[in-house]
Amino acid sequence: MTAVAVRGLRVLRSGTLVLDGLSLEVESGLVTGLLGPSGSGKTTLMRSLVGVQRVAGGTITVLGEAAGTPGLRRRVGYVTQTPSVYADLTVRENLRYFARLLGAPRARVDEALAAVGLGRLAARVVGRLSGGEQARASLATALLGAPELLVLDEPTVGLDPVLRRDLWDTFHRLAAAGTTLLVSSHVMDEAERCHRLLLMREGRLLAAGTPAELREQTGADALDAVFLRLIEARG
Amino acid sequence: MSARATAATALRVLTQLRRDPRTIVLIVGVPCLLETLLKEIFAGRPGVFQHVGGPLLGLFPFVSMFVVTSVTMLRERVSGTLERLMSMPIGKLDLLTGYAAAFALLAVVQATLVSLLAFGVLDLHVAGPRWGVVALAVGNATLGMGLGLFVSAFARTEFQAVQFMPAVVLPQFLLSGLFVARADMARWLQLVSDGLPLTYAYEALAEVVRGGPYSGRFSIDVAVTIASTLIALGLAAATLRRRTD
Repeated sequence: MTAVAVRGLRVLRSGTLVLDGLSLEVESGLVTGLLGPSGSGKTTLMRSLVGVQRVAGGTITVLGEAAGTPGLRRRVGYVTQTPSVYADLTVRENLRYFARLLGAPRARVDEALAAVGLGRLAARVVGRLSGGEQARASLATALLGAPELLVLDEPTVGLDPVLRRDLWDTFHRLAAAGTTLLVSSHVMDEAERCHRLLLMREGRLLAAGTPAELREQTGADALDAVFLRLIEARG
Repeated sequence: MSARATAATALRVLTQLRRDPRTIVLIVGVPCLLETLLKEIFAGRPGVFQHVGGPLLGLFPFVSMFVVTSVTMLRERVSGTLERLMSMPIGKLDLLTGYAAAFALLAVVQATLVSLLAFGVLDLHVAGPRWGVVALAVGNATLGMGLGLFVSAFARTEFQAVQFMPAVVLPQFLLSGLFVARADMARWLQLVSDGLPLTYAYEALAEVVRGGPYSGRFSIDVAVTIASTLIALGLAAATLRRRTD
Protein backbone atom coordinates (compact mmCIF):
# COMPACT_ATOMS: atom_id res chain seq x y z
CA MET A 1 0.00 0.00 0.00
CA THR A 2 1.20 3.47 -0.86
CA ALA A 3 0.42 6.29 1.56
CA VAL A 4 2.12 9.03 -0.41
CA ALA A 5 2.88 9.18 -4.12
CA VAL A 6 4.83 12.13 -5.51
CA ARG A 7 5.18 12.53 -9.28
CA GLY A 8 7.35 15.12 -10.99
CA LEU A 9 7.18 17.58 -8.09
CA ARG A 10 8.68 20.97 -8.89
CA VAL A 11 8.97 23.68 -6.25
CA LEU A 12 10.42 27.14 -6.63
CA ARG A 13 11.41 29.07 -3.53
CA SER A 14 12.31 32.72 -4.08
CA GLY A 15 13.24 32.06 -7.69
CA THR A 16 15.42 28.96 -7.24
CA LEU A 17 14.32 25.46 -8.12
CA VAL A 18 14.38 23.59 -4.79
CA LEU A 19 12.69 20.41 -6.03
CA ASP A 20 13.19 19.55 -9.66
CA GLY A 21 10.88 16.83 -10.90
CA LEU A 22 10.97 14.77 -7.71
CA SER A 23 9.15 11.43 -7.72
CA LEU A 24 8.90 9.07 -4.78
CA GLU A 25 6.59 6.90 -2.74
CA VAL A 26 6.03 6.37 0.96
CA GLU A 27 4.59 3.02 2.01
CA SER A 28 1.77 2.70 4.52
CA GLY A 29 2.39 1.54 8.06
CA LEU A 30 6.15 1.91 7.93
CA VAL A 31 8.67 4.33 9.34
CA THR A 32 10.27 5.95 6.31
CA GLY A 33 13.40 8.00 6.87
CA LEU A 34 13.96 11.03 4.69
CA LEU A 35 17.68 11.63 4.69
CA GLY A 36 19.90 14.18 3.11
CA PRO A 37 22.12 17.12 3.94
CA SER A 38 20.48 20.38 4.95
CA GLY A 39 19.41 22.28 1.86
CA SER A 40 18.57 19.08 -0.01
CA GLY A 41 14.85 19.90 -0.05
CA LYS A 42 13.58 17.66 2.77
CA THR A 43 11.59 20.40 4.48
CA THR A 44 10.19 21.66 1.18
CA LEU A 45 9.04 18.14 0.32
CA MET A 46 7.38 17.75 3.72
CA ARG A 47 5.67 21.14 3.45
CA SER A 48 4.39 20.10 0.02
CA LEU A 49 2.95 16.85 1.40
CA VAL A 50 0.97 18.63 4.12
CA GLY A 51 -0.26 21.27 1.68
CA VAL A 52 1.39 24.41 3.03
CA GLN A 53 3.96 24.78 0.23
CA ARG A 54 3.15 26.52 -3.03
CA VAL A 55 4.18 24.09 -5.76
CA ALA A 56 5.08 24.87 -9.36
CA GLY A 57 4.25 21.49 -10.90
CA GLY A 58 3.72 17.77 -10.43
CA THR A 59 1.19 15.77 -8.45
CA ILE A 60 1.14 14.62 -4.84
CA THR A 61 -1.35 12.02 -3.67
CA VAL A 62 -1.64 11.60 0.09
CA LEU A 63 -3.85 8.84 1.50
CA GLY A 64 -5.72 8.74 -1.80
CA GLU A 65 -6.40 12.48 -2.01
CA ALA A 66 -4.55 15.40 -3.56
CA ALA A 67 -2.18 16.94 -1.01
CA GLY A 68 -3.67 19.94 0.78
CA THR A 69 -7.35 18.95 0.41
CA PRO A 70 -9.35 20.00 3.48
CA GLY A 71 -10.24 16.40 4.37
CA LEU A 72 -6.55 15.58 4.81
CA ARG A 73 -5.99 18.22 7.49
CA ARG A 74 -7.51 15.84 10.02
CA ARG A 75 -5.71 12.74 8.74
CA VAL A 76 -2.19 14.13 8.52
CA GLY A 77 -0.07 15.37 11.42
CA TYR A 78 2.85 17.67 10.77
CA VAL A 79 5.68 18.78 13.02
CA THR A 80 7.90 21.58 11.77
CA GLN A 81 11.62 21.62 12.40
CA THR A 82 11.49 24.59 14.76
CA PRO A 83 8.95 23.95 17.53
CA SER A 84 5.64 25.52 16.50
CA VAL A 85 3.85 25.90 19.80
CA TYR A 86 2.85 29.01 21.74
CA ALA A 87 5.81 30.02 23.89
CA ASP A 88 3.59 31.96 26.31
CA LEU A 89 1.26 29.04 27.07
CA THR A 90 1.96 26.00 29.20
CA VAL A 91 2.53 22.66 27.51
CA ARG A 92 -0.93 21.49 28.56
CA GLU A 93 -2.64 24.69 27.38
CA ASN A 94 -0.99 24.28 24.01
CA LEU A 95 -2.12 20.67 23.73
CA ARG A 96 -5.65 21.49 24.88
CA TYR A 97 -5.97 24.17 22.23
CA PHE A 98 -4.85 21.93 19.39
CA ALA A 99 -6.96 19.05 20.76
CA ARG A 100 -10.04 21.31 20.69
CA LEU A 101 -9.34 22.26 17.08
CA LEU A 102 -9.05 18.59 16.16
CA GLY A 103 -12.08 17.62 18.21
CA ALA A 104 -9.88 15.09 20.00
CA PRO A 105 -11.05 13.83 23.41
CA ARG A 106 -9.36 15.39 26.44
CA ALA A 107 -7.74 12.12 27.43
CA ARG A 108 -5.62 12.32 24.27
CA VAL A 109 -3.74 15.24 25.83
CA ASP A 110 -2.37 13.05 28.62
CA GLU A 111 -1.63 10.23 26.21
CA ALA A 112 0.33 12.57 23.93
CA LEU A 113 2.20 14.01 26.91
CA ALA A 114 3.13 10.52 28.04
CA ALA A 115 4.24 9.51 24.55
CA VAL A 116 6.84 12.29 24.47
CA GLY A 117 7.73 12.02 28.17
CA LEU A 118 6.54 15.51 29.09
CA GLY A 119 3.93 14.62 31.72
CA ARG A 120 6.05 16.10 34.50
CA LEU A 121 6.46 19.44 32.69
CA ALA A 122 2.84 19.83 31.55
CA ALA A 123 2.19 22.87 33.73
CA ARG A 124 5.34 24.71 32.63
CA VAL A 125 5.24 27.62 30.20
CA VAL A 126 6.78 26.44 26.91
CA GLY A 127 9.07 29.47 26.57
CA ARG A 128 10.87 28.45 29.77
CA LEU A 129 11.62 24.92 28.58
CA SER A 130 14.82 23.75 26.93
CA GLY A 131 14.98 23.42 23.15
CA GLY A 132 14.56 19.65 23.30
CA GLU A 133 11.56 19.92 25.61
CA GLN A 134 9.96 22.48 23.29
CA ALA A 135 10.53 20.13 20.36
CA ARG A 136 8.76 17.36 22.27
CA ALA A 137 5.84 19.65 23.09
CA SER A 138 5.58 20.42 19.40
CA LEU A 139 5.70 16.71 18.58
CA ALA A 140 3.02 15.93 21.16
CA THR A 141 0.54 18.25 19.42
CA ALA A 142 0.88 16.21 16.23
CA LEU A 143 -0.03 13.01 18.08
CA LEU A 144 -3.33 14.40 19.41
CA GLY A 145 -5.55 13.67 16.46
CA ALA A 146 -4.28 10.09 15.98
CA PRO A 147 -3.36 10.92 12.36
CA GLU A 148 -2.95 8.23 9.69
CA LEU A 149 0.18 9.93 8.37
CA LEU A 150 2.73 11.70 10.55
CA VAL A 151 5.19 14.00 8.84
CA LEU A 152 8.03 14.84 11.24
CA ASP A 153 10.75 17.28 10.29
CA GLU A 154 13.93 16.49 12.27
CA PRO A 155 12.01 15.61 15.45
CA THR A 156 15.03 14.42 17.43
CA VAL A 157 17.47 17.29 16.94
CA GLY A 158 19.11 18.30 20.20
CA LEU A 159 17.63 15.47 22.25
CA ASP A 160 19.69 13.32 24.58
CA PRO A 161 20.36 9.74 23.43
CA VAL A 162 17.98 8.12 25.89
CA LEU A 163 15.11 10.35 24.81
CA ARG A 164 15.95 9.83 21.16
CA ARG A 165 15.78 6.08 21.63
CA ASP A 166 12.46 6.43 23.46
CA LEU A 167 11.01 8.57 20.68
CA TRP A 168 12.09 6.12 18.03
CA ASP A 169 10.41 3.39 20.09
CA THR A 170 7.27 5.56 20.04
CA PHE A 171 7.53 5.92 16.26
CA HIS A 172 7.74 2.15 15.88
CA ARG A 173 4.84 1.63 18.23
CA LEU A 174 2.75 4.06 16.16
CA ALA A 175 3.79 2.30 12.94
CA ALA A 176 2.89 -1.08 14.42
CA ALA A 177 -0.56 0.35 15.14
CA GLY A 178 -0.92 1.29 11.48
CA THR A 179 0.33 4.89 11.34
CA THR A 180 2.55 5.85 8.44
CA LEU A 181 5.56 7.94 9.48
CA LEU A 182 7.84 10.06 7.36
CA VAL A 183 10.72 11.26 9.50
CA SER A 184 13.50 13.48 8.23
CA SER A 185 16.94 13.41 9.75
CA HIS A 186 20.50 14.10 8.85
CA VAL A 187 21.85 11.71 11.46
CA MET A 188 22.84 8.46 9.82
CA ASP A 189 22.50 6.30 12.93
CA GLU A 190 18.79 7.14 12.95
CA ALA A 191 18.55 5.77 9.43
CA GLU A 192 19.20 2.33 10.88
CA ARG A 193 15.94 2.55 12.77
CA CYS A 194 13.86 3.18 9.63
CA HIS A 195 12.07 0.48 7.67
CA ARG A 196 12.72 2.31 4.43
CA LEU A 197 14.94 5.19 3.43
CA LEU A 198 14.65 7.97 0.91
CA LEU A 199 17.99 9.63 0.26
CA MET A 200 17.79 13.14 -1.11
CA ARG A 201 20.43 15.48 -2.43
CA GLU A 202 20.06 18.82 -4.18
CA GLY A 203 16.33 18.48 -4.70
CA ARG A 204 16.48 15.03 -6.24
CA LEU A 205 15.94 11.50 -4.99
CA LEU A 206 19.28 9.74 -4.87
CA ALA A 207 18.03 6.33 -3.80
CA ALA A 208 15.14 4.56 -2.10
CA GLY A 209 14.95 1.23 -0.34
CA THR A 210 15.40 -0.61 2.93
CA PRO A 211 18.75 -0.11 4.68
CA ALA A 212 19.65 -3.70 3.70
CA GLU A 213 18.79 -3.11 0.03
CA LEU A 214 20.86 0.04 -0.10
CA ARG A 215 23.84 -1.75 1.49
CA GLU A 216 23.58 -4.52 -1.02
CA GLN A 217 23.25 -2.10 -3.91
CA THR A 218 26.39 -0.18 -2.97
CA GLY A 219 28.45 -2.85 -1.24
CA ALA A 220 29.10 -0.47 1.65
CA ASP A 221 28.36 -1.35 5.24
CA ALA A 222 27.89 1.88 7.17
CA LEU A 223 25.02 4.00 5.89
CA ASP A 224 27.32 7.02 5.72
CA ALA A 225 29.44 5.13 3.23
CA VAL A 226 26.31 4.00 1.38
CA PHE A 227 25.31 7.61 0.95
CA LEU A 228 28.80 8.58 -0.27
CA ARG A 229 28.90 5.78 -2.82
CA LEU A 230 25.48 6.71 -4.14
CA ILE A 231 26.61 10.30 -4.60
CA GLU A 232 29.83 9.21 -6.31
CA ALA A 233 27.96 6.79 -8.56
CA ARG A 234 25.82 9.66 -9.76
CA GLY A 235 28.97 11.62 -10.55
CA MET B 1 -17.42 28.08 10.24
CA SER B 2 -16.94 26.11 13.40
CA ALA B 3 -18.06 27.54 16.73
CA ARG B 4 -15.75 25.13 18.53
CA ALA B 5 -12.63 26.32 16.70
CA THR B 6 -13.64 29.96 17.19
CA ALA B 7 -14.25 29.52 20.92
CA ALA B 8 -11.04 27.52 21.34
CA THR B 9 -9.04 30.25 19.60
CA ALA B 10 -10.64 33.04 21.65
CA LEU B 11 -9.86 31.14 24.84
CA ARG B 12 -6.29 30.54 23.70
CA VAL B 13 -5.70 34.23 22.88
CA LEU B 14 -7.18 35.27 26.25
CA THR B 15 -4.93 32.79 28.05
CA GLN B 16 -1.93 34.24 26.24
CA LEU B 17 -3.00 37.73 27.32
CA ARG B 18 -3.44 36.58 30.90
CA ARG B 19 0.17 35.40 30.85
CA ASP B 20 1.20 38.94 30.02
CA PRO B 21 -0.29 41.11 32.80
CA ARG B 22 2.05 43.98 31.98
CA THR B 23 0.44 44.39 28.57
CA ILE B 24 -3.03 44.37 30.11
CA VAL B 25 -1.98 47.01 32.65
CA LEU B 26 -0.61 49.14 29.81
CA ILE B 27 -3.73 48.68 27.69
CA VAL B 28 -5.96 49.90 30.52
CA GLY B 29 -3.52 52.22 32.29
CA VAL B 30 -2.23 54.28 29.37
CA PRO B 31 -5.65 55.59 28.24
CA CYS B 32 -6.47 56.39 31.88
CA LEU B 33 -3.24 58.34 32.17
CA LEU B 34 -3.85 60.16 28.89
CA GLU B 35 -7.43 61.10 29.76
CA THR B 36 -6.19 62.47 33.08
CA LEU B 37 -3.40 64.42 31.37
CA LEU B 38 -5.86 65.77 28.83
CA LYS B 39 -8.06 67.07 31.61
CA GLU B 40 -5.11 68.61 33.45
CA ILE B 41 -3.39 70.33 30.51
CA PHE B 42 -6.67 71.98 29.59
CA ALA B 43 -7.51 72.82 33.20
CA GLY B 44 -7.83 76.47 32.18
CA ARG B 45 -10.12 75.67 29.25
CA PRO B 46 -12.42 72.85 30.48
CA GLY B 47 -14.45 73.08 27.26
CA VAL B 48 -11.62 71.40 25.34
CA PHE B 49 -11.59 68.33 27.59
CA GLN B 50 -15.37 68.09 27.39
CA HIS B 51 -15.15 68.28 23.60
CA VAL B 52 -12.24 65.87 22.99
CA GLY B 53 -12.37 63.58 26.04
CA GLY B 54 -15.42 61.59 24.92
CA PRO B 55 -14.33 60.85 21.36
CA LEU B 56 -10.83 60.01 22.57
CA LEU B 57 -12.30 57.53 25.04
CA GLY B 58 -14.01 55.81 22.13
CA LEU B 59 -10.91 55.81 19.94
CA PHE B 60 -8.29 54.46 22.39
CA PRO B 61 -9.35 50.84 21.91
CA PHE B 62 -8.81 51.29 18.16
CA VAL B 63 -5.15 52.14 18.73
CA SER B 64 -4.49 49.54 21.45
CA MET B 65 -6.05 46.66 19.55
CA PHE B 66 -4.33 47.67 16.33
CA VAL B 67 -0.93 47.32 17.97
CA VAL B 68 -1.69 44.25 20.09
CA THR B 69 -3.25 42.22 17.27
CA SER B 70 -0.66 43.11 14.66
CA VAL B 71 2.12 41.95 16.98
CA THR B 72 0.21 38.84 18.11
CA MET B 73 -0.50 37.78 14.53
CA LEU B 74 3.06 38.52 13.47
CA ARG B 75 4.30 36.25 16.28
CA GLU B 76 1.93 33.61 15.03
CA ARG B 77 3.47 33.86 11.56
CA VAL B 78 7.08 33.95 12.75
CA SER B 79 6.81 31.16 15.34
CA GLY B 80 5.40 28.70 12.82
CA THR B 81 2.14 28.26 14.74
CA LEU B 82 0.22 29.84 11.85
CA GLU B 83 1.73 27.28 9.47
CA ARG B 84 0.72 24.52 11.86
CA LEU B 85 -2.83 25.91 12.08
CA MET B 86 -3.02 26.15 8.29
CA SER B 87 -2.20 22.44 8.08
CA MET B 88 -4.97 21.68 10.59
CA PRO B 89 -8.77 21.56 10.36
CA ILE B 90 -9.44 25.20 11.23
CA GLY B 91 -11.00 27.76 8.88
CA LYS B 92 -9.36 31.14 8.38
CA LEU B 93 -12.55 32.83 9.51
CA ASP B 94 -12.67 30.66 12.65
CA LEU B 95 -9.20 31.89 13.49
CA LEU B 96 -10.03 35.54 12.80
CA THR B 97 -13.35 35.53 14.63
CA GLY B 98 -11.62 33.84 17.56
CA TYR B 99 -9.15 36.70 17.61
CA ALA B 100 -11.97 39.22 17.24
CA ALA B 101 -13.94 37.76 20.16
CA ALA B 102 -10.93 37.76 22.48
CA PHE B 103 -9.83 41.31 21.67
CA ALA B 104 -13.39 42.65 21.73
CA LEU B 105 -13.68 41.29 25.26
CA LEU B 106 -10.44 43.02 26.18
CA ALA B 107 -11.82 46.21 24.61
CA VAL B 108 -14.97 45.94 26.75
CA VAL B 109 -12.78 45.80 29.86
CA GLN B 110 -10.59 48.66 28.64
CA ALA B 111 -13.45 50.95 27.57
CA THR B 112 -15.44 50.23 30.75
CA LEU B 113 -12.56 50.98 33.11
CA VAL B 114 -11.46 54.10 31.23
CA SER B 115 -15.02 55.43 31.13
CA LEU B 116 -15.48 54.75 34.85
CA LEU B 117 -12.50 57.02 35.42
CA ALA B 118 -13.51 59.63 32.86
CA PHE B 119 -17.17 59.87 33.89
CA GLY B 120 -16.74 59.11 37.57
CA VAL B 121 -13.57 60.92 38.52
CA LEU B 122 -12.64 63.32 35.75
CA ASP B 123 -16.16 64.70 35.43
CA LEU B 124 -16.44 64.14 31.73
CA HIS B 125 -19.92 64.89 30.42
CA VAL B 126 -21.51 63.54 27.31
CA ALA B 127 -24.99 64.55 26.22
CA GLY B 128 -25.82 61.13 24.76
CA PRO B 129 -25.81 57.79 26.62
CA ARG B 130 -22.51 56.74 28.16
CA TRP B 131 -23.03 53.15 27.15
CA GLY B 132 -23.16 54.46 23.57
CA VAL B 133 -19.57 55.66 23.93
CA VAL B 134 -18.51 52.29 25.33
CA ALA B 135 -20.37 50.39 22.59
CA LEU B 136 -18.75 52.48 19.85
CA ALA B 137 -15.38 52.02 21.58
CA VAL B 138 -15.74 48.24 21.35
CA GLY B 139 -16.75 48.54 17.70
CA ASN B 140 -13.69 50.69 17.02
CA ALA B 141 -11.53 48.12 18.81
CA THR B 142 -12.72 45.52 16.32
CA LEU B 143 -11.92 47.89 13.45
CA GLY B 144 -8.41 48.46 14.85
CA MET B 145 -8.03 44.72 15.25
CA GLY B 146 -9.06 44.03 11.65
CA LEU B 147 -6.60 46.62 10.32
CA GLY B 148 -3.89 45.30 12.65
CA LEU B 149 -4.40 41.74 11.43
CA PHE B 150 -4.24 42.96 7.85
CA VAL B 151 -1.06 45.06 8.13
CA SER B 152 0.73 42.37 10.14
CA ALA B 153 1.04 40.51 6.83
CA PHE B 154 3.36 43.27 5.60
CA ALA B 155 5.66 43.27 8.61
CA ARG B 156 8.59 40.92 8.93
CA THR B 157 9.60 41.91 12.45
CA GLU B 158 7.82 43.16 15.56
CA PHE B 159 9.72 46.41 15.15
CA GLN B 160 8.12 46.96 11.73
CA ALA B 161 4.71 45.93 13.05
CA VAL B 162 4.88 48.58 15.75
CA GLN B 163 5.95 51.21 13.21
CA PHE B 164 2.74 50.57 11.27
CA MET B 165 0.87 52.16 14.17
CA PRO B 166 2.01 55.77 13.50
CA ALA B 167 1.87 55.08 9.74
CA VAL B 168 -1.70 53.78 9.65
CA VAL B 169 -3.27 55.25 12.76
CA LEU B 170 -1.90 58.77 13.22
CA PRO B 171 -2.86 60.17 9.78
CA GLN B 172 -6.39 58.89 10.37
CA PHE B 173 -6.45 60.60 13.77
CA LEU B 174 -5.23 63.91 12.30
CA LEU B 175 -7.75 63.83 9.47
CA SER B 176 -10.73 62.48 11.43
CA GLY B 177 -11.91 65.90 12.60
CA LEU B 178 -10.82 65.35 16.21
CA PHE B 179 -8.17 68.08 16.15
CA VAL B 180 -9.40 70.33 13.34
CA ALA B 181 -12.98 70.37 12.09
CA ARG B 182 -13.15 68.75 8.69
CA ALA B 183 -14.94 71.80 7.30
CA ASP B 184 -11.82 73.87 8.04
CA MET B 185 -9.51 71.53 6.11
CA ALA B 186 -8.34 72.04 2.55
CA ARG B 187 -10.59 70.36 0.01
CA TRP B 188 -8.09 67.62 -0.84
CA LEU B 189 -7.61 66.77 2.85
CA GLN B 190 -11.39 66.49 3.21
CA LEU B 191 -11.44 64.07 0.28
CA VAL B 192 -8.69 61.94 1.85
CA SER B 193 -10.55 62.11 5.16
CA ASP B 194 -13.71 60.87 3.40
CA GLY B 195 -11.85 57.68 2.47
CA LEU B 196 -10.59 56.85 5.97
CA PRO B 197 -12.63 54.62 8.29
CA LEU B 198 -11.64 56.48 11.47
CA THR B 199 -13.39 59.62 10.17
CA TYR B 200 -16.72 57.82 10.43
CA ALA B 201 -15.84 56.24 13.77
CA TYR B 202 -15.02 59.71 15.12
CA GLU B 203 -18.18 61.30 13.66
CA ALA B 204 -20.38 58.68 15.30
CA LEU B 205 -18.69 59.27 18.66
CA ALA B 206 -18.96 63.04 18.27
CA GLU B 207 -22.71 62.70 17.71
CA VAL B 208 -23.15 60.67 20.89
CA VAL B 209 -21.08 63.25 22.78
CA ARG B 210 -23.28 66.08 21.40
CA GLY B 211 -26.43 64.10 22.13
CA GLY B 212 -29.54 63.79 19.94
CA PRO B 213 -31.36 64.32 17.73
CA TYR B 214 -29.56 61.62 15.76
CA SER B 215 -29.49 62.45 12.08
CA GLY B 216 -29.39 59.92 9.26
CA ARG B 217 -25.70 60.76 9.22
CA PHE B 218 -25.26 58.82 12.49
CA SER B 219 -26.56 55.57 11.01
CA ILE B 220 -24.32 56.07 7.98
CA ASP B 221 -21.28 56.64 10.22
CA VAL B 222 -21.99 53.49 12.22
CA ALA B 223 -22.71 51.50 9.04
CA VAL B 224 -19.47 52.65 7.39
CA THR B 225 -17.48 51.77 10.53
CA ILE B 226 -18.99 48.28 10.62
CA ALA B 227 -18.48 47.81 6.87
CA SER B 228 -14.85 48.93 7.20
CA THR B 229 -14.35 46.40 9.98
CA LEU B 230 -15.75 43.60 7.81
CA ILE B 231 -13.60 44.69 4.85
CA ALA B 232 -10.50 44.80 7.05
CA LEU B 233 -11.25 41.31 8.37
CA GLY B 234 -11.84 40.11 4.80
CA LEU B 235 -8.51 41.57 3.71
CA ALA B 236 -6.86 39.98 6.75
CA ALA B 237 -8.37 36.61 5.79
CA ALA B 238 -6.96 37.06 2.28
CA THR B 239 -3.46 37.49 3.73
CA LEU B 240 -3.74 34.17 5.57
CA ARG B 241 -2.54 31.73 2.99
CA ARG B 242 -2.58 27.99 3.41
CA ARG B 243 0.23 27.66 0.90
CA THR B 244 3.27 29.89 1.07
CA ASP B 245 6.70 30.01 -0.54
